[in-house]
Amino acid sequence: MAKKVLMIEDEQALQQILGDLLTSEGFEIVQAYDGEAGLAMAKSEKPDLILLDLRLPKKDGFEVLRDLRADENLGNTPVVVFTNLESAADIDKALEAGATTYIVKANYELSDILAKIRSLLNNY
Amino acid sequence: MFYKECGQYGIGIWKCPRFLFVIMGIATITGMLATFWSFRAYGASPETMIISVVLVCLGIFVPGTFMVRSFEYMAEANRMKTEFISIASHQLRSPLSAIKWSLNLLLEGKVAVLDKKSRQYLETMEQSNNRMVKLVGDLLNVSRIDQRTLKLKKEKLSIIEAIKGSIHILQPAAEASNVKISLNLPSNDMETVGDETYFDMVITNLVDNAIRYTKEGGGVVSISLAKKNNYARCEVTDNGMGIKEEDQKLIFNKFFRSESAKNRQPVGTGLGLFIVKSVIKDMGGDIGFKSSEGKGSKFWFEVPLVE
Repeated sequence: MAKKVLMIEDEQALQQILGDLLTSEGFEIVQAYDGEAGLAMAKSEKPDLILLDLRLPKKDGFEVLRDLRADENLGNTPVVVFTNLESAADIDKALEAGATTYIVKANYELSDILAKIRSLLNNY
Repeated sequence: MFYKECGQYGIGIWKCPRFLFVIMGIATITGMLATFWSFRAYGASPETMIISVVLVCLGIFVPGTFMVRSFEYMAEANRMKTEFISIASHQLRSPLSAIKWSLNLLLEGKVAVLDKKSRQYLETMEQSNNRMVKLVGDLLNVSRIDQRTLKLKKEKLSIIEAIKGSIHILQPAAEASNVKISLNLPSNDMETVGDETYFDMVITNLVDNAIRYTKEGGGVVSISLAKKNNYARCEVTDNGMGIKEEDQKLIFNKFFRSESAKNRQPVGTGLGLFIVKSVIKDMGGDIGFKSSEGKGSKFWFEVPLVE
């Protein structure tokens, strides 16, 4: 069965590119454009992996992360934090809040991101 | 307390408006008292005393106030510049990522089959975009260094691994410029404490410069690592064009690029060595170089060793 990936990201362009990439690689995609919708979708869709931006409208990524970890069904779902905030403090804060791994957008090629998602899905 | 804000922006105490204002206040009061006492010692009339004290006070205070104001104005301009760089580069990053990944997808042929010419154009776009990504990254790092907000990790890292990693990345560029890289590494690994990403950046930068500024036709870049007291000393030596004597003291300044560097390599921002030096200093190390024009340069850095 196709693995389901939830993308919580407010930028249309990035949603489109990553959505196309993941769909073409055989993943099933669900998309949310703000923190509240993302959290609701995580609960209803029960994805296998979540890509989460940190700067989001309505509810920021750190809060979404904490709420995800507090949920009994989503506590163990791998969450890839996906952002341009790259200070050591932000990275630590996200990992503390329960992020599985951290990707700084500007530093990654698309193929690296795909490899990371794949390896996480295989390990869980 | 009045120095805190200046410290935050890396402004020295004698250039800090608030500190200078306090000093000026003390000078004014001292001047008034000195005038008062000396006039009284000479037995001047009360009227003369009052007028001279007021004049001395105005003489110090009025120009002083204008001077401090102008300092404050300059400091503000400098702060705005740093903030502008920071905001602009942050805002540029998301669209640049979107462009980069779109090009990744197109070039992988996942969207459509590309003919040769289209592929060439897309590759040109990708190279230009990568240059912009790097430039924006450098600018962000510089603004972080200026605002003292660059927080580097303190992790144990292997120096030999970092050197090997950088060479792996730069090997194609070296071959393209007909440069041979010669390595002289010790058999035992050396470890230091720092931020892996930034330490890699230091080595890549130095080696990349050495390759870029070789003479036309190629040359040799040698990299050596050795223990020196409690420090690891790494040297990157080239037999390239070297640095002119008058440019040597400016080489670590941000945005500085020598005329000969610009002639040889139009691409470059003059930010690399500034960032490199800040990173090495942050790690508790030191960096320097020796160069003679036409013969080549030797850049070295030393970082503390840990067990």
